[in-house]
Amino acid sequence: MPASDPRTDGESAARLVARPQPGGNAEPLGVSELAGLLKRTIEERFGLVRLRGELSGVKHASSGHLYCALKDDKAVIDGVMWRGGVQRLAFQPEDGLEVVATGRLTTYAGRSKYQIVIDAMELAGEGALLALLERTRLRLEAEGLFSAARKRPLPLLPRVIGVVTSPTGAVIRDILHRLTERFPVEVLVWPVLVQGPDAARQIAAAVRGFGALGPGAGLPRPDLLIVARGGGSIEDLWSFNDEAVVRAVAASPIPVISAVGHETDTTLCDHAADRRAPTPTAAAEMAVPVRADLAAGLLEATGRMRRAVLRLTALGAERLEARARRLPRLESVLQPQAQRLDELAERLRRGLQDRVIVARHRLQRQAGRLSLPLLRQMWRSRAAALGRVPLHPRLLERRFGREMERFAAIARTHRTLDPRAPLARGFALVRGARGGVVTGRAQAERERRLWLEFADGRVEAVPVSVRERPPHPSPASGAQEDLFG
Amino acid sequence: MTTAATPAIDLRMEPDPHARAAMTFEQALAELEQVVRRLESGEEPLEESISLYERGEELRRLCQARLDSAQMRIRQIVVDADGEAAGARPFDENA
Repeated sequence: MPASDPRTDGESAARLVARPQPGGNAEPLGVSELAGLLKRTIEERFGLVRLRGELSGVKHASSGHLYCALKDDKAVIDGVMWRGGVQRLAFQPEDGLEVVATGRLTTYAGRSKYQIVIDAMELAGEGALLALLERTRLRLEAEGLFSAARKRPLPLLPRVIGVVTSPTGAVIRDILHRLTERFPVEVLVWPVLVQGPDAARQIAAAVRGFGALGPGAGLPRPDLLIVARGGGSIEDLWSFNDEAVVRAVAASPIPVISAVGHETDTTLCDHAADRRAPTPTAAAEMAVPVRADLAAGLLEATGRMRRAVLRLTALGAERLEARARRLPRLESVLQPQAQRLDELAERLRRGLQDRVIVARHRLQRQAGRLSLPLLRQMWRSRAAALGRVPLHPRLLERRFGREMERFAAIARTHRTLDPRAPLARGFALVRGARGGVVTGRAQAERERRLWLEFADGRVEAVPVSVRERPPHPSPASGAQEDLFG
Repeated sequence: MTTAATPAIDLRMEPDPHARAAMTFEQALAELEQVVRRLESGEEPLEESISLYERGEELRRLCQARLDSAQMRIRQIVVDADGEAAGARPFDENA
């Protein structure tokens, strides 16, 4: 430390250039030097302090560190809490919270600052705790996490109940005992810490874990959850006010009964659950009905059902009998028809009889006119009529002779008209090469060959004019020449 | 409601164990109660009453079987390193 205070020396302040001070060791300090001195002094003097104040400017850095300031009405000090400490915090620091921070003071020479490095932080008394609780409650309530509309009915008879609690102690024992008494059921206990820094994380994970069970998990998914803890101070129950727990319960796909603490304690977990039970035993009572009661109810319903059916069938039988009594007798239903049938049968019989009588009368009338002498007389008269018919062969013969004469005349005429008849008298019929009759000279000259037909046969001839025409090279032509020349 | 409710799950027609399992005790009990009320009303035709009664008997058997089969079984979840359920072992209070 300098021996003399520089401020007492009026001259030195006015000097332009610093000079070594008389008295020897008053060399000026470097800023870093001073900072180092200050740092050492402060860290030695305030090795560990417990500091009470209100949190402000709380900032969670992405690194996990927490920056904040602690203040009271006159002063403020910056603070930092490294990640490891933040993770151990039992509450979520936020502005306005009254806390007690434990840590070491240090300086931050680069900014001419001093600050506290907080190792641990607690809420400053129960009042602060309640204030924090209230603030969290309001915030989550505004989100609708506690809304009555979210509450689901519990299953009447769950098959599997999941219990999130400590595996040791009175709570689980009470629950199991009560369940066994009322309705034996399958129970899965998810063991968790129910107090301490890691409790909230474990509880939230257990609630989510039960919800995540499904086919293939090897474990049946509960159809009801009980989150339970025995009584304790507000601090003991604090994990059940943790936002993570509250959110896990609110989001649980399985209905949740919350049974935390005693009747007078209410945690945010209770608010978020579908039902709140004042004690673990009460939770078990909410969870299952009494088997004997159900059995009795079932018996009663069965009895009612049977009586109702018996009554119905008895009633039906009675009504049937009443109807049956009122049913008319068969004979009386059929009687008019039978009578009518008889009557018709009678009329039929009489009608037939009458018809026979009429027919017989007619027959007799007709038969009276039918006798042998009458037939004979008819025969004779018809025979006489036949005899009077003049039918003689001469009539036909005369006519035949006449027709024969006419036929002979026609036959004679026919013979005279035969074109071949003149041939016998020396005439000849001339035909052309194709067989047509040649009737004139001009026509004959056009023919290359002629047939002369006599009564007894025909002769082939070639007209002279044909021979004088340019000769046809024909082997037959020579023969023709021989024939006529 | 009265006519639409019955044929939904007809256990007589469908003796499929899955169909039975699908019906919770609660549903069976509620339906049984409904069957009883309908029968007690006396407004059902006789034939309908008989099938209702058969249905009711089936529901009663279902409920009774559920009551009779109730058995306490307690297991404790074993969690893995990730804090997820890895399995279960018999519950031991002193463990």
